[in-house]
Amino acid sequence: MEPKTKINAEDGKQELVVIREFDLPVELLFKAYIEPDIVEQWMGTKVLKLENKKHGSWQFVTTDPKGNKHGFNGVIHEYSLNQKITRTFEMENTPFDVQLEFLAFEKLTENTSKLSMHIVYKSVALRDQMLQLPFAQGINMAHNRLEDIVKKMI
Amino acid sequence: MNLRRDVFQAIADPTRRTILLLVASQSMTAGAIASNFETARPTVSKHLQILVECELLEQEQNGREIYYRLNPEKIKVIADFIEPFRLMWDDRFNKLEALMKGYKSTE
Repeated sequence: MEPKTKINAEDGKQELVVIREFDLPVELLFKAYIEPDIVEQWMGTKVLKLENKKHGSWQFVTTDPKGNKHGFNGVIHEYSLNQKITRTFEMENTPFDVQLEFLAFEKLTENTSKLSMHIVYKSVALRDQMLQLPFAQGINMAHNRLEDIVKKMI
Repeated sequence: MNLRRDVFQAIADPTRRTILLLVASQSMTAGAIASNFETARPTVSKHLQILVECELLEQEQNGREIYYRLNPEKIKVIADFIEPFRLMWDDRFNKLEALMKGYKSTE
């Protein structure tokens, strides 16, 4: 099956685009971004604050498998129902600079829609670092599992 | 890990990315590659050297000429590197889609 989510990061700029088509009306896709209890379910995070309006702000906190808490926050710059959310995204207590996200919601048919998430980073180096983060986390998780196994052996 | 990071440093430069695109279609000599750039030949040679060092390019002796060609194994490393990021979002969006399909039917 062809992957439904595409990443366009080939141009080597300090930006990337995540594109996904959904078997959902655009209204439902948009709702998944603005209803806190729904955001919590698919993002796997706790929503402390989500003000869906121009100049509103948002704040999430995620607990990792080890019980550590990770905070995320940002402000909403543009908000247009079922069409557009422009916001900043910052990972708290990390050296990573804030990023700017342009979320475009598009109706394809009555029952299908498309999301394009255009993310702009402070530098090319930061973008590459952020792209590599899930990879690095995968390596860390493998290390943690290895640690657990080794600990059980001794 | 160091080797992988080097690959990313290698492709962070636009000239080096252009070189990779050029040799993707066919093996080329350093002269043929340099003819595509305004920059001085030694600068292009330096870029070629970096690409060879991090194994994105391979050298192939053909008579008196050295040809440069892509190393598909290493290119795959780059693709694999972005893959976990893509999978992370794919996983989230799959959850979103399943969740909202349920939402639709209960509405």
